[in-house]
Amino acid sequence: MTRLAYIGLTIAAIVILTAIFAPLIATHDVTAQDLLTRYAKPTAEHWFGTDALGRDVFSRVVYGARISLEVGITVVTVSSIIGIFIGAVAGFYGGFVDKFLSGYVFNVFLAFPGLLLAIALVAFLGAGLGKMILALCVIGWVGYARVMRGQVLKVREYDFVQAARALGASNKRILFTHIMPNAVQPLIVQASLGMAGAVLSEASLSFLGLGIPPPAPSWGTMIEEARGFDILYNAPHVLFFPGIAIALTVLAFNFIGDGLREYLDPKQRTR
Amino acid sequence: MKRKVRNFFRQLGLMLLVIWTVVSLVTLLIELVPGEPAAAILGETATPEQIANFNKKHGLDRPPFFFTYSGESGFKWNGADNRYVDYWVGLLQGDLGISFRTERPVLDMIFERYPSTIQLALASMLIAIGIALPLGVLAGTNKNGLIDNLASFIALLGISLPTFVIGPFLVYIFAVNLRWFSPTGSAHPEDIVLPAVTLGAALSAILTRMVRSSVIEELGEDYVRTARAKGLSERTVVYKHVLKNGLIPVVTILGLQLGVLLAGAIITEKIFSWPGLGLLLLEDGIGKRDYRLVQGCVLVISVTYILANSVTDFVYRKLDPRIRLS
Repeated sequence: MTRLAYIGLTIAAIVILTAIFAPLIATHDVTAQDLLTRYAKPTAEHWFGTDALGRDVFSRVVYGARISLEVGITVVTVSSIIGIFIGAVAGFYGGFVDKFLSGYVFNVFLAFPGLLLAIALVAFLGAGLGKMILALCVIGWVGYARVMRGQVLKVREYDFVQAARALGASNKRILFTHIMPNAVQPLIVQASLGMAGAVLSEASLSFLGLGIPPPAPSWGTMIEEARGFDILYNAPHVLFFPGIAIALTVLAFNFIGDGLREYLDPKQRTR
Repeated sequence: MKRKVRNFFRQLGLMLLVIWTVVSLVTLLIELVPGEPAAAILGETATPEQIANFNKKHGLDRPPFFFTYSGESGFKWNGADNRYVDYWVGLLQGDLGISFRTERPVLDMIFERYPSTIQLALASMLIAIGIALPLGVLAGTNKNGLIDNLASFIALLGISLPTFVIGPFLVYIFAVNLRWFSPTGSAHPEDIVLPAVTLGAALSAILTRMVRSSVIEELGEDYVRTARAKGLSERTVVYKHVLKNGLIPVVTILGLQLGVLLAGAIITEKIFSWPGLGLLLLEDGIGKRDYRLVQGCVLVISVTYILANSVTDFVYRKLDPRIRLS
């Protein structure tokens, strides 16, 4: 794998460990307000300073990792399961099923700007964690389905599949036992890039006020709360730390995805 | 020729099918609103009579689709007398309905704001080209050198930093500290600079990478050796010959990105309170629960996005024989 992929893995590991051990790492209660210390600059007591309500920014950034990863992992898991299943069905059965799914359904979802669909869904359903995850899954599954379809189309022509068919294996058995385990490898790349996309979309929706409502410490919400002129003038750190956290996390998963793609595809390997 | 015509109609058919799905989705999404839209608009103190009047005025008292299903009465066929058909009939006559809040035609409200969004998208495209062309050429002509690495790093930042992080950072530097621009609004002509840079950052990063790889690829071609052998200066070789050929893929990306910029302007417009379609959707539509306006905005943004992509795809196929043949 490339050097950038290892850097990505290191950052992602730090973010994941931060999310898991958030209660041990956070120095303060994330919702505890102290109006006497509003906009305090970074100090030994408050490493990243405090926000408009005197809440500890470091603890909020730490817990923000938990929210981002929770949403990211849930969205990637659910949308990949749906995508893998639909993509496998389209690729394996072909014919009308494939024409309908890949020629129409996939194209519709790909033609629609993803974030706008998520915004529209949340606007009509109402804001909240569950609804946001649902919206992100609705826009996320098609990427997996497309990759899976292509893989199944390739794998179903392999000799071992023909052998299984000759031995009288049922379609279900061929698809689930023989084809799918051999077709899912490139989806790891998709999952890594999807993780970056989900973290970014969660932060975007929360920034727009359509994600997780305050006082939950979502990175997107923290940036939204920090972008007023006075806040930027008096306490730019309130914007700086969650901004860096989002950028690093998204970058890390993109690096891992690119690295894995190169590793799994010998044609792209430089070494 | 026959194949060409068939392909054209296939693409056109698919585009119309996608637009039909988007319109249907947007029309039916209003059914997902928890409770009644009227209650959300009029508030908890609204009397049943007020709610009934509101529903009648906006056609919400009519069935939503050709059939309805409820646990008690099962399937019920409503015929063509439903809101879905109403919306389509209105749409085909250029009517997106009346706003739930302002009671003005939604299309008028959208047309008032759309020019601002297009202006922002075009400005961000210009800025992206202005950054990407020189940076990409410098990086490509100094492959693996200091400038190349620096350009790659800047491009990486542009791609990985979300707009809602870049925007407030730019406000902090250029509006709060240097006081060169206003932090929000569109009162002065120069106020477009920060939103345009924010929106164009990702595009400039993508373009820089493309120009760089195009320049590197073209520099290895025979015609470049010929040009150099003729004694042309390196500047003429790069800018007159290499760049001209290397720009073909860049132009395509620009077309494809116009749709992305128009759709992506929602976040940038919110950061800078830029009075475009995105802000209309967020503040007047979603913020005030004006679902009719939300429908209209989502529809117009998506259809523009789909049309921009389809037209670019078509033009690209026409321009590049390799794509056309494949």
